[in-house]
Order: sequence, then structure tokens, then C-alpha cells
Amino acid sequence: MKRTVFPNRWLPYLLVLPQLLVTAVFFFWPAGKSLYLSVFKSPPFGGRDVFVGLDNFTALLANREYYESVLNSFIFAGGVTVLSVLGGLVIAVLANQKIRGLALYRTALLWPYGIAPAVAGIIFLFIFHPAYGILPYFLSFVTAYEFNWLLKGWIAMTLVIVATSWTHLGYNIAFFLAGLQGIPASVMEAASVDGAPPLRKFTAIVVPLISPVTFYLVVVNMVFAFFNSFPVIHAVTQGGPGNATEIMVFKLWKDGFVGLNLGSSAAQSVILMAVVIGLTMLQFRFAEKKVTY
Amino acid sequence: MSDARTTTTAVIDRPGIAARPRPTITVHSAEAGRPRRRVDWSTVLVHAALIAAVILIAFPLVYAFVISTQAMDEVIQKPPRLLPSTHLVENYVEAWQRSGMARLLLNSAIVAVGVAVGKISISMLSAFAIVYFRFRGASLVFWSIFLTLMLPIPVRILPTYEVVGNIGWLNSYAGLTVPLMASATATFLFRQFYLTIPNELAEAAQMDGAGPLRFLWSFLLPLSWANIAALFVVLFIYGWNEYFWPLLITNTEEMRTVVIGLERLIPRSGTELPTWNYIMAGAMMALIPPVAVILFMQRWFVKGLIESDK
Amino acid sequence: MRTLTCRLLQIAALALTLVSVPGLALARTEISWWHAMTGALGDAVDAQVKQFNESQAEYEVKPVRKGTYPETLTAAIAAYRQKNPPHIVQVFEVGTQTMMLSGAVYPVWELMRDNEIKVDWNDFIKPVVGYYTKDGKLYSMPYNSSTPIFYYNKDAFKKAGLDPEKPPKTWPEVEAYAKKIIAAGGAKCGFSTGWPSWTMVENMHATHDQPFASKHNGFDGVEGVELLINREFGQKHIGALNAWQKDNVYSYGGRQGAADPKFVNGDCAMYIQSSAVINGFTKSIKFDWGTGELPHWGAPYKKATSIIGGATLWVLKGKPQAEYRGVAKFLEFLAKPEQQMWWHVNTGYLAISNTAVRNLEQGYHFVKNPKQYTAFAQLTGLSPTPPAALKDKKTAPAKPERVATANSQGLRLGNFVQIRDVIEAELENIFGGKKTVKQGLDEAVAKSNALLKEFAATYKQ
Repeated sequence: MKRTVFPNRWLPYLLVLPQLLVTAVFFFWPAGKSLYLSVFKSPPFGGRDVFVGLDNFTALLANREYYESVLNSFIFAGGVTVLSVLGGLVIAVLANQKIRGLALYRTALLWPYGIAPAVAGIIFLFIFHPAYGILPYFLSFVTAYEFNWLLKGWIAMTLVIVATSWTHLGYNIAFFLAGLQGIPASVMEAASVDGAPPLRKFTAIVVPLISPVTFYLVVVNMVFAFFNSFPVIHAVTQGGPGNATEIMVFKLWKDGFVGLNLGSSAAQSVILMAVVIGLTMLQFRFAEKKVTY
Repeated sequence: MSDARTTTTAVIDRPGIAARPRPTITVHSAEAGRPRRRVDWSTVLVHAALIAAVILIAFPLVYAFVISTQAMDEVIQKPPRLLPSTHLVENYVEAWQRSGMARLLLNSAIVAVGVAVGKISISMLSAFAIVYFRFRGASLVFWSIFLTLMLPIPVRILPTYEVVGNIGWLNSYAGLTVPLMASATATFLFRQFYLTIPNELAEAAQMDGAGPLRFLWSFLLPLSWANIAALFVVLFIYGWNEYFWPLLITNTEEMRTVVIGLERLIPRSGTELPTWNYIMAGAMMALIPPVAVILFMQRWFVKGLIESDK
Repeated sequence: MRTLTCRLLQIAALALTLVSVPGLALARTEISWWHAMTGALGDAVDAQVKQFNESQAEYEVKPVRKGTYPETLTAAIAAYRQKNPPHIVQVFEVGTQTMMLSGAVYPVWELMRDNEIKVDWNDFIKPVVGYYTKDGKLYSMPYNSSTPIFYYNKDAFKKAGLDPEKPPKTWPEVEAYAKKIIAAGGAKCGFSTGWPSWTMVENMHATHDQPFASKHNGFDGVEGVELLINREFGQKHIGALNAWQKDNVYSYGGRQGAADPKFVNGDCAMYIQSSAVINGFTKSIKFDWGTGELPHWGAPYKKATSIIGGATLWVLKGKPQAEYRGVAKFLEFLAKPEQQMWWHVNTGYLAISNTAVRNLEQGYHFVKNPKQYTAFAQLTGLSPTPPAALKDKKTAPAKPERVATANSQGLRLGNFVQIRDVIEAELENIFGGKKTVKQGLDEAVAKSNALLKEFAATYKQ
């Protein structure tokens, strides 16, 4: 579609300048520095950087812990995405009914989005606490199994997945609601006249019609859980027990910040950058095909 | 028994679309026009499910509030007490004083508003340029901005700190806010939105003799309010809740933000017992502003999402 | 004429007076100090700094909490690279080797010498300063040092018919007492631990005169250092802990202080944690409790002193020379016996000079607070009973029960933060049943050795 454009020559450059400046200085410059650091071994306080070529990378790829962190990242991101997108969809569908008090419900479901992940993590840490947390306490009536997330990796993983999904729900609900309300009435009516059972109606009509929203949310949730969930892990499990909840971003931070291994940390961020770029490109190819507009 | 036409709830409706029956997923047949004289079990079910969802979602926060009203020995006792206790005022006062809450809230507000306003401004301009102009390097600009969409701060934090130090912005509001504007989510959103605006509008403006800036100010801006509001909510929350970057970049207590001040209440060195009641009180105070922003701007937030959803 | 001269003289006199009033136009030199103390400890830091600032007019120390220990160190590093470091930074003991090799520190002994401040280095408690001494010279100032000790619930002991004034001294006794207490319903579990690597691996090796790492625990060099915790002693002790989980004799409660509530709640009757939690426990524990020294396996292992934990103050290079005088004055202030005593009484951390300890003894501080004495005794090998309790001055000093050995001086390892992390992760794998004791310890050693190699490679010239 041919767009109408304005003919000015210099104005567009002027308009993009602020954004480009900020992005160049605070994104590309540090990213470049990371690239540089990744081929050196640098003592933390500075001084003699030792050039080591691809040693940092090979050390990572030969390290079983690194693969574990990749796996953990996928498990975590997958768990959060499934839980919060599905949960969001179900609740949005419920909230989309013509019932009284709709706005009230919507408000009540949306606000957790404003809570900082770290704060959410702290609250859930308290709820899950093996010594005085309320959840293990109630669970102890149901089963004798000790829900000690300090020792059992899968419980720790569940804890952080639940805490993170909780903060995402509001966002997903909002988007799904918007998408559901975008479905034209005529389509739904036509389906009703056809006598289609409600569930069939749902899967055959509603799902494809909200697929752009679903797709967007799956991508956003996946990316967020993969890359941005650092505060929750940091506030709650710190990668433990063992390395059960050590996701890639956490490991990167731990090696760089706590371990002061700048070279390895930079190498990990380079790998992450490559993964992001790859994923982004993949999404766009995929998106154009599968999504029905 | 609700009829679409008598809906009184503030359901977002796009202009021009008349009230219409909503789809249901209950077992009851949804054939249009069927008179409903009996109790609508589907509605009851929906209400019940929604209430359950609300309770589930609200529970952690309510519980945190309850803890913030208890004294320390009540907090760790078993079985856990689920009802609020009487120490509300003293806990909040203590948490307020211990963490220097007033200054913290101010700083967080400056960062949150600064990031939101700043990012919205520069993004609108760039998106406008990308969509409404043809210039060399436009797609390069777009893709390079787009790349920033997903790299989170922890990945580039130490080099970013060095860069900010080089500029001399350590421990300053500039250093706190500007680096948080570097990613391109807002630009992308505006670009998508501008792409949905009909061509005729720009043509009409050109025929009227309006220059690009005039077009932006008088035509695009009014249309974008819903998006701007939605973005404001998202960015305010983002700026308010940022944890890692403010921790690193601030050197003095006066520049700290509230999420970090909250951390000050949690002893991490392992030699002190966490005073959960103060921590929860602090958490309450820390999350009230962003939640309030969501609550007040909720209408525009959701509306903005619909508009940009195309 | 005379009036004019009078006038001039008056003006001159006034001017002279104004000029001679000290400090009128002088601003205080600011000394920045980055630390990691939270809560009540942070308040103690602020109070102590206030005392210093009010005691003189030239310098003002500004303490800033930068985060946790790792965060504070990282911030200092980033700032140092920016050529704008703080004057003083508080670094945890596991960062010692990194600081020593950094080339960025101004050693304390040099600082004091350059500023002509006399310090009686011999007055400091040897095990404490030994950790931070190189070639006989002190590199950083110990600030908040502690050592792990044994805590026990006297009420639970009474319920099981055990003597509440006699904590167990050996590990077999711990096991036996635990079983008795559980049987009598005095507690649900026998004992738990805080800081698992520090208490159960590092200190157990030290107090049993077992090497934690080769080359004298890393004191002798950086190249080729390897961990030795998977040998007979390590397997024996961790194996015992693992086996004791079955009967709830031992219950793992997490890293750092996560297990504190287990003891405070009364769930576990005994506990091993830093001596620094005494003050916190005093405030929150409702039952009658006491402290004792760390349990020992007995023969054939020697009974050695324990090693410290906590943090010290390092001075960073890169500031104007004149400002370092203020730093030196501040460190001199902190080293005074009165300040040592104040800090100890208010925080529970150790006073690091023998003079301070003696003063505390003479003030019957330890008689009134016998729990505080345990740590000192364990570090210096003294008898566990405070000498001031023996009012009879003619009594000969008790024979030291513990000896200082080459293996109990402390640890000096690179990448120690990550090594501790590795050890604790593998301990969790062992206690969680994912790996056997041998597997877990071997894995910990392998990973740690890789980390040590990496460290050595980074500092290659």
C-alpha cells in the first residue's frame, strides 16, 4: 500500500535523532563493550586484560552448568508463558461475559501488573517459606510430603514460576479482553445460528480471531520470562537449590557480578544477544504466516 | 438477567458498533432470542469463577497486608494468623522512618514519570519519522531500534555503568532515567499504530497545506491519546519498579528509589532475622503508586490496547 | 589622627580575631565509605560514624549502604574503573584474595605508616588478623568479624533430662542428645546449620586440623591450588550429616541465615551459626538458651581454633593523598579499645584487640553475657569459662583447649565467592538425595579447581 509521505529532507533525521542518540549511547556502545570484553580475561579492578580469543566461549559451551541454565531458562519461560497466557485467556473469557459488575472484576484482576517482580518475589518467598509459610502449612494437612523448596529443585522452580506468572496475569488479561471485544458480533451470531456447540464455537472461531493477540502475548511473555525475570530469581531462590532455578540471565549476572569473571559474563551476554536476534527474526517470519488478520 | 442493551458496565465499546450480544462458553445454548425466565446458571457459574479468580489473584497481596499489621512473633507463629492485627500504624511508621520513605517515593516518582514522558516523546517522534517520511537509512534505523526491543538491562549493565560514568551522570537523575529509555518498545508500538491510520488523513492534511509537524500536533496527537495513556501506564510501572539499575547508579541515600529502599529493610547478611512485618509494610507503600496508576488509568489503558491491537 | 589609628587598630584586632577562629571558612573533608550493613547493623554503623564525626572537625565520614556484600564490591570495582572509587569499602572475607591481588588497595599498614599513626599490631587477636595478613603485614582492617558457634535450647535439654549447662562437645554426643530430645518431644529436629559451607566445611576442616585446600589453604600461592574437601574427613563429616537427616537429627535449612527460624521457633533444639546473631537471638528467642563451642569428632583429630567470617575495611587507591590522612584517622578511631568494646556490645561482632577483650573481661561483660565469650574462647583456644568468673585471681590461667595450626589460620582462595556457591550447591544436591556424598564432594572439588585455575589465568602477567 502506498503511503502518503511528507517531502521534507532533513526533518526525519532530526526527528529520529533523540531516539537514535539514546539508543546508540546506552545500548549499542555498551553492547559493543560486551563484545570486546568477551574475548579477554579481565581482572575485576582493571589493569592487564589478557587476550584469550574464544576461550571464554569454549569454556562455556563445555560447561554442563551452562546447558543446565539454558534448560532452566526454557523450562521457566515455558512454564510462565503457559500458566499466565492460558490463565489470562480463561479469565478474560470469563470476564467478557455480559454480567453485572464487569468493570469491577476487570479492575480487580488487572492491578497485580503494577507490582514490581522483586516485591512479588518477596511476598511469595514468605508464602512458600518452609518454616512459617502459609502454603506449606496448608499442604501439610493434605500430604506428608515436605514441601521444602530449599532442597527440592522442582518446588523451587514451581515457586518462581507461580510468582512470575502472577505478575503477568493482569497484562495478559487486559490484552485478551481487548482482543475478545474486537470480535464482531455478526460472526458470533452466525455461528449461533449454525447451531454450533459453544466449545466448538470457541475453538473454531474465537481462537483464530484472537490469534494475533495470542501470538503477541506468547512472544512477549516468553521473552519477558526468558530475559527479564531476574529480580524474582534474585529476590527468592538465588538460583538454588543446587542450580535448579539458575536461568541464563541469572548465571550471567552471578558470574559477572558476584564471581567478578567479566570475560565469561560478557561472553554469555554475547550468546544471549545472538539468541534474541535469532528468536526475533524467527518470530517475524513465523508471524506473517500463521497469524490471521 | 442481563440484556446487552441495558448493560450499565463500563465495557469498552468502539465508536460506531452497537451493543451486541456477547458470546458465552457455558453449556446453555446461546441461541439468540431465547427468553430466559429461569435462574441463569451460566451467569452464576461465571460469577463464581470470576470471584475465585479474583480471590486467587488478590490473596498474596491481602496476606502481605495482613502480615504488615502484625507484630514479629505473630508473623512466625504456627498456625499462621490470617486476620489483621493491631500493629498497623506502628509498623508503617517504623518502616517509613527506617527507610526514609518520603525521599524514596519522590525519587521513584521522578524516575517513573521521567522515563514515561521521555520515552513517549522520543518514540513518537521517531515512529512518526519512520512512517511518514522516506529517507535513506529508514529501514536501518527501524531495525537497529527494533533490536533493542529485547535485551534486558542485566545483560549490559556493567558496560552501561562505565558509559554513564564517562558522561559524568553517576548518582544523578539523568543517569537514573535516560538509560532506561534506550529500548524501542514504545517506538514499535507507535509505528504499528501509525500504520493503521488511514492514508486519507495525511493526504487531507497535505492538501490543507499543513506541514509535517502541524500534522503531527493537530492530527496524530489527538488520535494517539489512548496509546499514550496505555504506554504511560506501562512505562510508569517500569520506571517505578526498576531495581538493578538504580541500585548500581546511586551512591548516596538521597538518590535511592523506593524498591531499593525496601531492600534496605531486608537483612541479607544472614546474621539478622528478617522483620517481615516491616518489610511487608514497606512493600505496601512501594506498590501503592503503580497500582493506583493502573486503577485510575485502567480505562485508557485497555482502550489503548484495543486501538493498537490492529 | 589618634582616633584614626585607634580605629585602624580596632579593625586590625577584629580581623585578626576572625582569621584566627579555626574552621570558620574550612569545609570538612569528606571520606566516603561503602558498606553492606542492613537493619540494626546499619544503624550501629551510622551511630559509630557519628561518634567519629563529632569527635573531630577536619573529616566527615559518609557511610553508604551499597547493597549486599557482592553488590558493594561490584559497585566499588565499577567506581574504581571510573577512577572515582570510595575511600573505604567493606569487603567480605571471601573476597580477600581478589582484593590482595587487585593492585587497587592501599594496605592498612602502609596507610598508617605513611600518616605516622602508631598502631600496636601485636595487640590484635591473631586468628582474626591472620586472615588478612601478608608477609606479616596487615592489609585490611577487620571490622565485623565473627566465628561460628554452637547454640542450644536449654528448655529442650531440660525436657529430655539433659543438663542444660552442659552442651555436647563431640558429634556423637550431638547425635545422642538429639535423639533423646526428639524422643522426649522437646523439639522436632536435632540441629540445623547456617552458612553451610562456612560452618560445616571450612570450619570443620579448620577445627579438626584438616586442610581445606592445598598450599596451606592458598596462603602460599595462587598457581596450582586445589581443594581437598573430598578426602576422608570431608566424606566422614558430610556423610554423617547426610545420614542424620533420616532421623531428623539434622535438618537442612538453606543457605546463609535461612535456617535461623528453625532454632528461634523451637523446631530444632540445636543450631550452628555465626556468633554475630547472638544479639538478634537475644531479642527474639523466648526460651532459655545457651552457647557452646563447635562439636568435635575427637581423636585422632586435633582440636584447633576456628576461622573467622565477616568483613573487613579496605582502603582504595586513587584519591588525593591529603584525604588519606582522614581515612587513617578513622581507622585509628575504630581500632581504639573503647570503640572495639562499643561495637562488640552493640552488634555482637568480635572485638579484635586483646586489650579490648581484657577490658570487657574486667568489666565483667562476659560474666553478664557468657554467650558472647564462647566465640573469643574458640578463636584463641582459651578455656570456655570467662576468667572473670573465677574471682580468685590467684588461679592459674586455664590451659588452652584448642591449638592454632597451619590449617586453622583461614583461607585465601581466588574466586572464593563462586567456590562457596559451588560447595553449597553440591551440598544441596547431596542432602536432597540427588547425588551421593562422594559424587557431590568430588564434583564440588572439580568445579572449584576449575574456578581456581581460571583465577590464576586471569592474574597471569
